[in-house]
Amino acid sequence: MDFVWDQRELILEGFWRTIQLAALAGGLSLVFGTLLAVMRVCPIPPLRWAGATYVTVVRNTPLTLVFIFSTFGLPRLEIRFSFFVFAVVALTVYTSSFVCEAVRSGINSVASGEIEAARAIGLPFRQTLSLVVLPQAFRAIVPLLSSVFIALTKNTSIAVAFSVTEATSILRRLQNQDASATFPLLIVTAAGYLVITLALSFAFSRLERRVAAAR
Amino acid sequence: MSDQLVALSKVNKHFGPLHVLKDIDLGVARGQVVVVLGPSGSGKSTLCRVINRLEPIDSGTITLDGRAVPAEGKALARYRADIGMVFQSFNLFSHKTALGNVALGPMKVRGRAKADAERTARELLDRVGLADKADAIPAQLSGGQQQRVAIARALAMEPKLLLFDEPTSALDPEMISDVLDVMIELAQSGMTMIVVTHEMGFARQAADQVVFMDEGEIVERGTPAEFFDHPTSTRAKDFLSKILAY
Repeated sequence: MDFVWDQRELILEGFWRTIQLAALAGGLSLVFGTLLAVMRVCPIPPLRWAGATYVTVVRNTPLTLVFIFSTFGLPRLEIRFSFFVFAVVALTVYTSSFVCEAVRSGINSVASGEIEAARAIGLPFRQTLSLVVLPQAFRAIVPLLSSVFIALTKNTSIAVAFSVTEATSILRRLQNQDASATFPLLIVTAAGYLVITLALSFAFSRLERRVAAAR
Repeated sequence: MSDQLVALSKVNKHFGPLHVLKDIDLGVARGQVVVVLGPSGSGKSTLCRVINRLEPIDSGTITLDGRAVPAEGKALARYRADIGMVFQSFNLFSHKTALGNVALGPMKVRGRAKADAERTARELLDRVGLADKADAIPAQLSGGQQQRVAIARALAMEPKLLLFDEPTSALDPEMISDVLDVMIELAQSGMTMIVVTHEMGFARQAADQVVFMDEGEIVERGTPAEFFDHPTSTRAKDFLSKILAY
């Protein structure tokens, strides 16, 4: 246990990277996932097909493969970033498909009569979406998004295999230094993830209560 | 009729194999109130909905102020802004307050400033008797109150024409009169209205023209006095004897 305490700075540094990965990929996924969902409900068929194809392909590909494509595939196309950026790309590509489906279910939950009413006062498609549909869709899917972002936080640990020094890779490194500390390290690392995900859950349940009052 | 606002000519509409509107011809003069009556499934709601193109038509023409209904896009949105619509199920935006519902169109479609739009919205809520409910969200309002907010929302766009699609059919009896009062007041103020309803009292009192539909056709039309007291077709006689039996 002393060994774990001695290495606390390194461990915290690893978790800081984990948080950075999750926050960046989470924010970007929210944007791209929403765009995908809008594509999937828009009146232009090719955009609908593109959105549906993306979700079908990406959502059904193991995250590790997405990481391999990002980390080893992009450099072949002469696209070179740090491993951290490749990890953010992989996590965003993957998580966007889940955010898309969550947002789409939210869109489907908006009463069709309200959409007709929006069209009837002369709002074009874009404003109907941004003023009437999406604000209600997001309120409806707060619990769903909470699950998606918790899954994302844990998925960041895949980055360990792709040279990103996040929490799980620190765990591995320290384990190699002192094999007897394996078990305490495992517990500390698991507890670290728990702290992050519980904080997320807490934030989302507060958000859920706030928007419920406004529904 | 010299000052025609709305004109439908040979309008046909199918839902799959069902022919819901058959060669509909209808003219509505500026300031006129037309009440559309008929049994359910007669096509009267569809007639209401094709006028602002919530349903596209298969053939025929519809014009507002002499201009044909645009097919798609921005032009269609602008056209719809000139036609108010009140629905059976109110369809208020459930995430916005009464005030927000009424002010949204003027701000986002007409481009009016927020303060300006909200001032007009408060006046309209006052006009429908709901000045004190401006900050309530739809879930906090009764059906009759929601429908009056919906009428205020339609009026806020300063429409040339108001469409009512069974506005009182989802309401408790004691709330119906609140809504009808507002509609009578509108009719008297010179608003051009097409009203699909089962409220015969309203038709008698407010209509300039009664249109009776059955199986997608306009079977009979005339003044309320002609229609209610001397219906000519057997289908209209049948309909009236059924609804006036109780």
